[in-house]
Formats: sequence, structure tokens, C-alpha cells
Amino acid sequence: MKQRPSVDLSELPTFGHGPRTPTWWGTLAFMALEGMGFALAAGSYLYLAYLSPQWPLSAPTPNHWPGTIVTLLLLASLVPNHILKRYAEACAMVPVRIGLVVMSLLGIAPLVVRWFEFPALNIYWDTNAYGSMLWVLLGLHTAHLITDVGDTLVLTALMFTRHANSGRRFADMGDNVFYWDFVVLTWIPIYLLIYWMPRLD
Amino acid sequence: MRRLVWVMCGAASILLLSGCSGWQSALDPKGPAAGELAWLIWFFTALCTVVWLLVMTVLLMTLIRRARPIGDPLVLDATSERHKTRIVFAALGATAVILIGLTLLSFFANRTLAAIGSDAALTIRVTGHQWWWEVRYENSQPNRILTTANEIHIPAGEPVRFILTSTDVIHSFWVPNLAGKLDLIPGHENVLDLKADKPGVYRGQCAEFCGAQHANMSTFVIAEPRPVFEAWLNDQLRPAVPPASPEAKAGHDLFLKRPCVMCHKIGGTIAGGTVAPDLTHVASRQTLAAGTLAMSRGNLAAWIADPQGIKPGAHMPVVDLNGDELNAIVAYLEGLR
Amino acid sequence: MSSADLAHGRDLASEGKLAPERDGPRDTGLDDDSLDRWLARTWQTAPGIIGALSTVDHKIVARRYLITAFVFLCLGGLNAVAMRVQLSGPERGLIGPDLYNQLFTMHGVTMMFLFAVPIVQASGIYLVPLMVGTRNIAFPRLVAFSFWIFLSGGMFAWVSFALNMAPDVGWFAYVPLSGPEFGPGKRADVWAQMITYTEVSALAVAVATIVTVLKQRAPGMSLDKIPLYVWAMLVTSFVVVFAMPAVMIASTFLILDRLVGTHIFNPAEGGDALLFQHLFWFFGHPEVYIIFLPATGMVSSIIAAFARRPVFGYLGLVLSLIAVGFLSFGLWVHHMFTTGLPKLGASFFTASSMLIAIPNGLQIFCWLATLWDGRPIIRTPLLFVFGFFFIFVAGGLTGVMLASVPLDLQVHDTYFVVAHFHYVLIGGSVFPLLGAAYFWFPKITGRMMNERLGRWHFWLAFIGFNAAFFPMHIVGIWGMPRRVYTYPAELGWGDINLFITAGAVVLFVSFALFTINLVHSALRGAPAGNNPWNAGTLDWATSSPPASYNFARIPVVTHVEPLWAERGTLPVATGLRVDARELVISTVAEAHPDVREKSPTPSIWPLFAALAVGGTFLYSIFSPWAVVWGAGPIAITLVGWFWPRGSAEDEE
Repeated sequence: MKQRPSVDLSELPTFGHGPRTPTWWGTLAFMALEGMGFALAAGSYLYLAYLSPQWPLSAPTPNHWPGTIVTLLLLASLVPNHILKRYAEACAMVPVRIGLVVMSLLGIAPLVVRWFEFPALNIYWDTNAYGSMLWVLLGLHTAHLITDVGDTLVLTALMFTRHANSGRRFADMGDNVFYWDFVVLTWIPIYLLIYWMPRLD
Repeated sequence: MRRLVWVMCGAASILLLSGCSGWQSALDPKGPAAGELAWLIWFFTALCTVVWLLVMTVLLMTLIRRARPIGDPLVLDATSERHKTRIVFAALGATAVILIGLTLLSFFANRTLAAIGSDAALTIRVTGHQWWWEVRYENSQPNRILTTANEIHIPAGEPVRFILTSTDVIHSFWVPNLAGKLDLIPGHENVLDLKADKPGVYRGQCAEFCGAQHANMSTFVIAEPRPVFEAWLNDQLRPAVPPASPEAKAGHDLFLKRPCVMCHKIGGTIAGGTVAPDLTHVASRQTLAAGTLAMSRGNLAAWIADPQGIKPGAHMPVVDLNGDELNAIVAYLEGLR
Repeated sequence: MSSADLAHGRDLASEGKLAPERDGPRDTGLDDDSLDRWLARTWQTAPGIIGALSTVDHKIVARRYLITAFVFLCLGGLNAVAMRVQLSGPERGLIGPDLYNQLFTMHGVTMMFLFAVPIVQASGIYLVPLMVGTRNIAFPRLVAFSFWIFLSGGMFAWVSFALNMAPDVGWFAYVPLSGPEFGPGKRADVWAQMITYTEVSALAVAVATIVTVLKQRAPGMSLDKIPLYVWAMLVTSFVVVFAMPAVMIASTFLILDRLVGTHIFNPAEGGDALLFQHLFWFFGHPEVYIIFLPATGMVSSIIAAFARRPVFGYLGLVLSLIAVGFLSFGLWVHHMFTTGLPKLGASFFTASSMLIAIPNGLQIFCWLATLWDGRPIIRTPLLFVFGFFFIFVAGGLTGVMLASVPLDLQVHDTYFVVAHFHYVLIGGSVFPLLGAAYFWFPKITGRMMNERLGRWHFWLAFIGFNAAFFPMHIVGIWGMPRRVYTYPAELGWGDINLFITAGAVVLFVSFALFTINLVHSALRGAPAGNNPWNAGTLDWATSSPPASYNFARIPVVTHVEPLWAERGTLPVATGLRVDARELVISTVAEAHPDVREKSPTPSIWPLFAALAVGGTFLYSIFSPWAVVWGAGPIAITLVGWFWPRGSAEDEE
């Protein structure tokens, strides 16, 4: 089939930020499916709680303090996270490097506290279904936390190499910021389910 | 293609009609619940067949219609397109009306089913086991509670309430001639009400896959006139008859010495196991191993000698017995009427 | 349309600071031959084994996907034939319950998870980038990774079968039968981990498909100009994204119960057996539409090409796709009508199940209205579409019967249901897929399929299918439950079962014929040319088979059937680099070209990552520590995957 040139694309930029990029949409799609996973796990927890005559099932309520500290740390991390995003969109190398180091530390800190959350649940996963669901919810979120902290660490390392000076890297940064928001926001309902729902009554 | 359609329809109707006489057929109702459902099946089938034939007719017409002259594929006749839009909307409207009708019909059928057992005098608790049915006739007097297995006697012409549950995996209780199926789920209790209009033996079988011997987990509902049923019940409530012959006596002793007692119960003896069918009146039943074999001396012997060959995977173990011992136990069990 | 229009708005240059941009030669003004040389070198898959294992060409990956899924179809079909032989008469002793239960479980698992979903997704991997006019699928490394996951997951299941440890709990593996107490051995673990694992691949492909459709459409392909097949794949992918997590959660809960002693499904410790069913069917019902919706897209494509007109009711069809996608999540409970749920709730699900027949009906009416206009020459693809109408409409109507709570109480878990879902899935999906195979085979191989063999194939498949499955409706109503390895003679099901088995053999023979046709035509078929059916979508604008870069110049779209609207000359875009894998990223709704982004280069790391993930899953059947030990290798391979290598594609 013969062709006739009708549109010239030569002036288009070679990278973009946020919803202009496929990666952002890919990240959004993964958030959707992981969010669905969270929702279903939370739904299963509520389903079992609804069926059960008492909740928590023969166990003391969990100690909420480690979880509360994690919550505060995660919420606090949102501020530097968004400052980092602004610098990434401006392709500013030095502040971005600093921001990434800060975010790496702010990712590791809740992970450390998270370690103390598991014993604070006051029940084991194999005691009864209530214990199983607490461990599942906490484990599911911890897996996401570890994954995104790992991602942040790799990006940080990358930004200190010769590969740093590229528009694509800055765009990737934006997507990492985006995903961290997701990790923080999914924690809030899980936090409430684990620590505060057993205190209702 | 049209010819094929007719052939298929013909074959279908012949097969369906002949099915009405099947032993376990949903279209051979012997009670009000199954009757309501059979009617519903016929109605849906007829309506769906009409709809299907209509769609196929239109499809055939698209094939035999005069062709549109071949030209630019994007030049379409506006009048004809408008016409088609109207027809498509009309078809859609008709679809919606049919579906609403069918939904209402289902709803009212459901109500009819729910009304069947509202005044049931008899409650039978059926517990599913891999791969047999434990049947308990509930009664406010503890000494009138009867536990038996696999065959369920009910009074004909009266609604009976079944409470369904399970202690292992999920099973489903289904006697197509009498009612639709309902699952037996560990941790849940389901209620099924049914009524047999006339005396008869109605076969059912487990309808939820439950493992190796799902295929051989059948049950029989035996509907009898009230007096016959009462007599049966009183008979079953008595402890087992003592062994009559010396051989049976030997079998009785062997039964109590061997692993048989670990699982089976025989009323009036020390055999009190509850993980396998109650054998107090085993010989009064028509079948063995949840409908796998007909009750007979030979089959009893075969079943005890080689349960895994007859029902592979069943939880009945092979008990090491020599020929005489086997004969003695069979003689004993055969007397348990 | 001018370039100024298309590249409107938020220009990056206007946002100030830019990372340094390197530049390379552009296609503007290049003659066709040198353009082809440049692009072929840039987009090629390197020769040799490493090149083959590293490829990210969506067409090559899709071809592998298609062939692998076809092999699984044949294996699943063999399972079915074995079962049919056992059931051909009452009390046959050819196959015992232990093997029979593995056979039907493997048949279901293979057909649903290893054939149906992969093959519709693979067709999308091949066709969607071509239809939307782009050079590769989005996230091609992820798609390559998905293929390796799918292949190894399928092999995992089938090696288990060879070792006599295949799952034997049915494809929906209800607890407690599959739970720790009643499912001894590793069989149910194989089910759980194989499901979780292969669904990773389905999810990844769904994400790639969504992003390809939303962001990589050719300039001008606004939402109202997207081909119906692409719409179908888009909706399907969304359904995958929201449905598959449910089965992964269910299978993960199951493996936790089995492996580390949680009690999620254990009623004795506060768990619940029905929770598993809710989770499974929340996935399981949309699953049917995941398999069916892409097939409707294929039907639309074939009908449009043969009726020689755009499909009637484009908007209605798009809306019904979306409606079906949404509604498919609202009717899972109709698989659980016999579990004793509250009556009122069950009635709600009757209504919602009935409701989904409305958009599906609309699709049928629109296709009939399209066919009404023309008197197409009947070739094999269209024959299969007619077969689709014949069978699927019947299956849809029996679906309406099953939607009724009381009626379902009689036919649930009987052969009536087996008949119904084979009518829906084979009629609704496999027949269109076979039509699509004849339709797009020329595009994929450059050769036509043999028409004579094709007709034989169709008629054998059509007769064999109906002979095998129609009588199942009847024997189901006669009381024959599904999943029984034997039945007593006195129930009178013997003759009809023998007839069914004969039909199944004819159906199987038709597939043997199809295989012969595929091989024969791939080697000796008549050359096809670019557009053998004179169809109107962009996939037919490429050569057959398409070059590695798909389009020498990206087409500019002005109509839903661009090749019919622009007969003679196709408007195209220029200005892309030819020395790097450059794609046009466009805006979501209007498809204005927005960014020239680079598409990833071939990489061996997706294969390594799949091996690491696969090893972890395999090990997890035996020990929960697999997750800990597997985390390291997975992390390493993922870093290897994403770490830039210094190519233009990585750096800019």
C-alpha cells in the first residue's frame, strides 16, 4: 500500500512524566490488581469476623503501638516523597540524589519497626482463623513494603552511576514515588482492620 | 444446515421424552418439589428452544438473502441502517421482557419450594461422610433417636425435613425424583424439605465431588405408608438380634475381637464405632457400601474380603480373615435384620 | 490534521529543564529500501540461541505462546478422550478413580489455565500492536517473562501428572477436599502453586495489553476508532486485572492452610469452607468472560471482513463489551446456589445473571444485522462463525436456565452443566478461535490455509461437537452427576454415553485434521499477500508475515476501518529515529502523538527472572522457606532486568 506522509513527529520529546508515560499506566494497572488483592484479603477477614460469634477469636487484642509507629513513619514519608517527585520532574540531579537517600532511609525505618509488629499481634498464624488473617494481612503488606524499598534502593544506586543523566531515570523516579504512595495508602485500612477492629464492641 | 437442525431437534425431543421414565431423572417427579422443578425445566426448555430457532432462522435468512451489490464497504444505505437499528432495539426489548418473566417465574417457584416443609413432623439429620450417608432420625426422646446409614425411610405423602451437614468434605444430597440438591458442608447446616407423593424407592447420589469414591456414594429414599414406616422405625430402634446359629455366634465373637468394632456400631453389643455405618440392622438394608452392591450373602463376603477392589480408595480397610472366619462374620451380619 | 495539532499542548521543552537528548538519524525523507534496512537492523531479533531466548518481538513471543497453548489443548483433549473411553459404558474398569480424578482435574486446569486464557491473550499479544499501529507491545520484556512463566507453569502441571502427583480435586479444588486434612500428598499443592504461578503471567500480559491500547495507538485512533477486537482485548484485560487476584488469593490461602497450618478454611478454628468458593467464583465467573470476550472481537473482525461493511452498531457493541465486563463480577454466586445461601440473596443473583444476557444478546443482534447486508462468500473462517452462532446461542440459553435458582437445584453439578459450559466455551470461544486461526494464519505465516481441509475440519468439528455435548444435557437431566468415574448399568445411561464418546472421537479427529492443515499450509500453502480478505484494519496494512518493526512508517488513522477509508494511499507519520527502537506514545482518549519513547531491547534477564520465580514456586510446595531463599535470586534477576546497558533505548 502506498503511503503519504501526513504528520511529522520529529519535534516530540523523548520522555515524559506521570500519565504521559506508559510506565505510569503500567504502575497504575499493577496497583489496581494488587489493590484488588488487598481488598479481597480484607474482605475475607471481614467475612470471617462476621461469621464468628466473637472477634478476636480467643486471643488478646493486639498491641497497636508498633503498628501505630509504622503508620506515623509511613505518613511522614509522604512529604519527602512528594518533594522528591517535584525535583524528579524538574530533572534536578543533586536534590534527587539527596531525596532518594532520604526515601531509602524512610523506607527501611518502618521495615525495622514492622519486625516488632508480628509479635505484637499477640497470636500466631496457626492458632485460629483470626490469627491466620492477621498474619496474612500484615504479611501481604510487608511483602509490598519490602518490594518498594528494594526498588528505591536500586534506583538510588542507579542515580549515583553514569546511567543517571537520562530523562527516563527521572520519569522512573516519578513512578517509584507513585508506588510508594500506594504502599502507604493501602496500609491505612489494614492498620485499622488489624489493630482497631478487634477493639470495637 | 437446516436439515441438521431438524435432525438435532428430533433427536432431542425423542431422548427427552424417553427420559421421563428414567429411575433418577429430574423429569420423572414423584413429589411436589420435583414436580414444580420439572415443570420449570420444561417451560424454560420450550421457551429457549423457540428463541434459539428464531435466531437460527434469521441467521439462515442472512445466508439466502439477495446480495447487496459489492461496492465501497463504507457506503451504507441510511434507511436500511435506521431500519436495522429499530429491529435490534425491538429484539433487545423482547429479550428483556423474556428475562424479566423468567426471573419472576424463578422467584415464585422458589417460594413454592419454600412452602413445602413448613409443617414437617419428621426431622432427619443427614451427615455426609467419605463415602456414605449417616442418617439420624431426630426425636425429643433420646431413646427414640435412630441412627442408620445410606437408606432413608420416610412416610409417603408427608413433608419431611432434612438437616444436612458434613464432618469431612463437602457432599451434596440429591434425590432427583423428589427434590433439587443441597450441599452438606462442614461447619454449616442446610435445611431441605421434601415430600414423596406415593410409596416407592427413589435413588439419589452425591452431587458434589467428594474424592475417590464420589461415584459410589448413592442413597435410597424409601417412601412407605405411615403404618409401614412406623413399624420399620420401631423395628430399627430395637437392639441387634442375637446370633442364632453357632456359626453366627462365632462371627459375633470375631467381629468384636477384630478391628471391625473400631469403626462400626452394633446396638446391644460393645461395638460402638461411629466413623463407619451403623450395622445394627445392616441386613435389613437393600444395598451395601452406599449403593455399590446389592445386599446378599455373596456380596457381603466380597465386600469384607476385598473392599479396595470393589470401592478403591474407600476407608474400609482389608481385615485379615481366613475363609472360615469370613463365613462366620458374614453369617452373623446376615442375621442382623 | 497537521503535526502542530497532533503534538499540541504540554510540550516538554516548555517545562524547562531537560536531560540531555542525544539524537540519531530519522526516517523523514528516507527511501523505502534504506528505511527497511535501518529498521530491520534496529528491531531484529539476534540470530542464535541466545538471541532466540532474549527476544522481545511481540510476534515471536505470541507465536510461541500460541503453539504452546495449542499443545496444551491437544493434551487436554487427550485427557477428555481417555475419560470418554472410560465412560463409554457402565461399570467399565479401564481407568480407576485415582487416575480418573486426576484426568478430569488436569483436563479442566489445562483447558482453562493453560489453553483458553493463554491463547486469547497470545492472540492479543500478536494482533493488538498490529491493529493499533505500533511497533511492539508495551513492556515487551514483561511479556517475554510471562511466556516463560506460562511455559514452565504448564510443564510443572504436566510433569506432576507424569509422576502421578497431579491434582485430583477438580479444577476448582474446593476445600476441605483440597485442604490439609483431606488432601494428603502434594497433589493439591501442585494445584495451588500452579494456579498462582500461571496467573502471574496472565496478569502481566493483561497489564501490557491495557497499556498498549491506552498509550500506543497510532496517531488519530481516538476511542471511537479502535477496532472492536482491540476493545474486546482491552475490556478482557481489565477483567483479568480485577478477577485474577481473587483466585491467587484463594490459592495462596489454600497453600498457607496446607503448608504452614493457618486455619482460613478450617471451620473448626473459625475459618469457613464457603469462603474459598466465594473467592474462587469471584474469579471463576469473570474467567468465562475472559475467554469469551476476545472471541467476540474475533467474530466482529471476521464478520466485518466477510460482510464487506463495518460492523453494525459499533457503539452498542463497545458498550455491551464494557457492560459484560462489569456485570461478570456480579454473578459469581450462581455457582453456589446449592450451598444453601439465604433465598433472597440467591434471587438477586438470578436477576443479575439474567441481566448479562442482555448485552450478550445485543452483540448477537448486531452481528446478525451486519450479516444481513451482504451475501458473503462462505470460507472457512465464516463457517466457524456460523458454528459459533449455532452453538453459542444454545449455550447462552442454557445459561439462562442455570441462572434460575430453583432450576439450578436440579441440574447443578450434573452433565447438564458440563454440556452448558462446553457449549459456551467451545461454541463461544473455540469456534471463533478456529475461525480466527484460518483468518489470521495468512498474516502470521504469509500463506493461506487449505480450504478443502478447512471445510472438512469445520464439519467434523461441528458434528462431533454437537454429537458429544448435546446428549449431555439429557443425561444430566436424567440424573447423571459430573465427575463420576463410573455409573451402574441399571440407571440406563449406557447407550447415550456410548454415543457421546463417539462424538468426542469425531471432535478429536477434526483437531487432528486441523493440525495437519496447519503444518501443511505453513509449508506449502498458497502465498497470501498482505490483505487476502480485503479487510479494513491496520493489521492488514503490514506485510505477511509482518516485518520485525511491523510498520515502516506509523499509520495515521482516520476511520475505524482505516484501509477501507484510505484506499490507495495510507497517511503516515514521519520523524521517528531509525537507529533506536522508537515508538509513538499517544494520549489516552484522542490518540494525539505525545512522546517518542524507546521500546526496550532484547534481554535474557526475563528468562532468568522466570527461572528464579519458577524455582521459588516449585520449592514452595515442599517448604515455606522457599520464599526466603527465592527472594535473593529473584531480586538479582530483576535488577539485571532493569539495570541499563548503555543502549540508546536505555539511556534516553
